[in-house]
Amino acid sequence: MSILRLSRVTMRFGGLVAVNELDLEIAPRQLYGLIGPNGAGKTTVFNVITGVYTPTEGDINFEGESIGGQRCGRITRRGVARTFQNIRLFSEMSVLDNVKVAFDCRQATTLTTAVLRTRSHKAEEDRVDVESRELLKIFKLDHLAEDKAKNLPYGSQRRLEIARAMATAPRLLLLDEPAAGMNPHESNDLMDLIRWIRDHFGMAILLVEHNMKVVMGICETVHVLDYGSTIAIGPPAEIQNNPKVIEAYLGGA
Amino acid sequence: MKGLLTALGIVAGLFVVNGLFAGSLVPGVSISPYFLQVICLAGINIVLAVSLNLINGFTGQFSIGHAGFMAIGAYSSAYFTVTFGDRIQKALGFLPAFGRESLLLLLGLSIAALLAAIAGFIVGVPSLRLRGDYLAIVTLGFGEIIRVFILNIDAVGGARGFSGIPKLSNFFWIYLFAAATILVVYRIVHSSFGRTLVAIREDEIAAEAMGVHTTRAKVISFVVSSAMAGVAGGLFAHYLMYIHTNSFTFLKSFEIIIMIVIGGLGSISGSVLGAVLFIGLTEGLREFAQYRMILFSLLLIVIMIVRPQGILGHKEFVTFLTRRRRSIGAAPGTTGAN
Repeated sequence: MSILRLSRVTMRFGGLVAVNELDLEIAPRQLYGLIGPNGAGKTTVFNVITGVYTPTEGDINFEGESIGGQRCGRITRRGVARTFQNIRLFSEMSVLDNVKVAFDCRQATTLTTAVLRTRSHKAEEDRVDVESRELLKIFKLDHLAEDKAKNLPYGSQRRLEIARAMATAPRLLLLDEPAAGMNPHESNDLMDLIRWIRDHFGMAILLVEHNMKVVMGICETVHVLDYGSTIAIGPPAEIQNNPKVIEAYLGGA
Repeated sequence: MKGLLTALGIVAGLFVVNGLFAGSLVPGVSISPYFLQVICLAGINIVLAVSLNLINGFTGQFSIGHAGFMAIGAYSSAYFTVTFGDRIQKALGFLPAFGRESLLLLLGLSIAALLAAIAGFIVGVPSLRLRGDYLAIVTLGFGEIIRVFILNIDAVGGARGFSGIPKLSNFFWIYLFAAATILVVYRIVHSSFGRTLVAIREDEIAAEAMGVHTTRAKVISFVVSSAMAGVAGGLFAHYLMYIHTNSFTFLKSFEIIIMIVIGGLGSISGSVLGAVLFIGLTEGLREFAQYRMILFSLLLIVIMIVRPQGILGHKEFVTFLTRRRRSIGAAPGTTGAN
């Protein structure tokens, strides 16, 4: 039983075929890597899964229900969260509020309860405050809770993006190049963190990454895309020796 | 309980100040009618500026049609009180004059708020799908459509203007609604819903990806803001007793935008400050006639150069004084207390 299944998903932009009849299957608690040269369509796959784009053809199935073409916010509330390749934090808001916003999608407050300050609204705000701070502690950001997100160092901003995605309580987490711009030390920490998130929260993780050390180090299955089509799927060791993959990355002999 | 006492205190305080200003409380003690009118118009501007800040400053959706919603509120409530006022007053004959007039005003303002909210919904649903300049142009257009539409309704005076509106609003009512507007906007901003609004301002795509129903949140914010502008219009009509569509041109919308830009987009106290400063400057520089507009432009240019975020920026007056570097909605533990 898979948590996410893409069947023959195609995404066209005018004449350009960004993703071509892609089949992809992720099991619960799986660490799944999606790699490929620049322009292979990795981020497009992310955008199709999270509802930013509606797939031109094909079906996206999450936990047994078709989510293709649904609104982005709705897919998130169903349990698919993501981070962005180019960090997209709410930069003028505090670190704590960044996480709280993501919690809000599971809250029952309405405008009237907020204006009237009902007891249930206060209780919910308090609960969100406690849970957000706990989450920040897990990601070692609790001492920065009151700082503006834009003032954080790069590595912390990446961690905050993951923390914010975690606040929506996803069962599938999509990480778009989380190690981009990190030094070797930071990317080692990140690998431990990703593994720990999976073990601790028990969710499936789909990872797009250019840093091969990270991908090969933590992923159980690696999926290689080139020009929108699958060229190989398998465990890291197998992929590293696959002649087609080597050709796609290094060019034919 | 504490909140109720504070509210009663505010009402009583406004009542006393109203009596002192108008000269009805202590014989011989009053302020000049001109000065009182300036103060009252400042109060109406506070309602307009704070409500516009909800959609422009906090939600980050640049709307330039606020005067249109004000016009809807002004004309609908005025039409209501002029047409049905006498009958309602007669039906409420068992009440003292003050009670009758208050009820009539509140009814008129409810109609103003309701109709402005409906108009806000009709305008907001299609136009909030647009961003930045496009939204600004569409709201500008809608504001003008509303004005020209009213200009051509003969029942409300058309180009002659609408006269004979009963004087129901005064300092007390204007500042009571100014306080209510500030309270409601403050509570919205400092709630989970307010956080989602600020998140939309910061990054709409990321907000949507975090499960926020962005269109819904934007429309709600726009409708609330429009309803408050409608109330401001109702107060305006029943204070001046005569309204003309010339009071609701896009220049009025720009004036409100100037107020919130001077005070600081995303700061409630900044909007209040901006509204008071604006009316203070327009009245204070009255003797310089047309030259004050030059001074105004110069002032705006200076602010844009020296302090582009407005006088208070994103901060509120209290945090501004204590110099704590915090953004809106960031104060922990203050969410429950008020």
